[in-house]
Amino acid sequence: MNSLAYQIIFYLFAAIIVGSAALVVISKNIIHSAFGLLFTFFGVAAIYVYLNADFIAVTQIVVYVGGILVLLLFGVMLTNKITQADLKTETLNPVPGLLITLSVLAMLLYTFYFRAKWVTVPVDQQLRGTVVEPIGIATMTTYVLPFEIVSIVLMVALLGAAYIARADRKVQTKEGK
Amino acid sequence: MENTISEFGKVFIFLALGVVLVVGGFITSRLLRPFRPNTEKMTTYECGEEPVGSSWVQFNIRFYVIALIFIIFDVEILFLFPWATIYKQLGTFALVEALIFIGILLVGLAYAWVKGDLEWVRPNPNVPQLPTKKFEKMPARPEASLLSLVESITPASASESSLPKV
Repeated sequence: MNSLAYQIIFYLFAAIIVGSAALVVISKNIIHSAFGLLFTFFGVAAIYVYLNADFIAVTQIVVYVGGILVLLLFGVMLTNKITQADLKTETLNPVPGLLITLSVLAMLLYTFYFRAKWVTVPVDQQLRGTVVEPIGIATMTTYVLPFEIVSIVLMVALLGAAYIARADRKVQTKEGK
Repeated sequence: MENTISEFGKVFIFLALGVVLVVGGFITSRLLRPFRPNTEKMTTYECGEEPVGSSWVQFNIRFYVIALIFIIFDVEILFLFPWATIYKQLGTFALVEALIFIGILLVGLAYAWVKGDLEWVRPNPNVPQLPTKKFEKMPARPEASLLSLVESITPASASESSLPKV
């Protein structure tokens, strides 16, 4: 009963992911695509929960749903001609595209059925409870230096992003004058 | 595994409940309401005003910089999240490490602040300037100030000999 409910919810989220991802590609309205991406990110977070990766799931929601998507929507709102934007691509290349898609699908299916080593450990021997605390202990003991380097990387990213965005604005004002 | 999923199962219950309430509200209103649209009803509601132009306008680029800064600190919170759960166990060492972590990032914030990326875009309205200088010298109640002027002059000038001349 319990595992059946889990399976039903899993397939629900899988359907949400596939459906919204298809909407992102198919929709001609760029705003609809952005909001479709919201549901894709969210469904992927649910899949992470199923993989017992609760920290990654929360990361997915905080960074992708809360951050990247906001940035994406800002990017959409910053573009000048949203309604007039023609989202049709001119070059289609159906035959090479289909070939690449089918070969990738074949590779994935081959790996899925013959090569992948699926976890067959019983449930009670797997990881139990939250993984946030082990991650915290690891960052504070073994990986303290990478932890601090991450902050430097983030600072550099902040400086670079602010600099590039501001340089763009200066060009605009000069053109305005 | 079961444990973690069942913890998130509570989240799922809230999520499903929220979706059901919203979608159910839409469906019931769809079933109950009459459906007679006209052009007046289909316009965008702007507090009773006639909508002018499209709502798709270009936003200021400054919002983008603020969104970028937000994402950086979003990621920072993510790294502090596991730290917060074990902070009590490790004590001063963890505190110092986190302070260094935040301190390095504050340098970036200070840079953005000094360079004016955080400053809000103020509207610059074109207010018509009237030539008010002549009227600024005029007091609010002319008769009152004149009375006080007369009262201040009269007692002192009564004793003076120069008064008859004036």
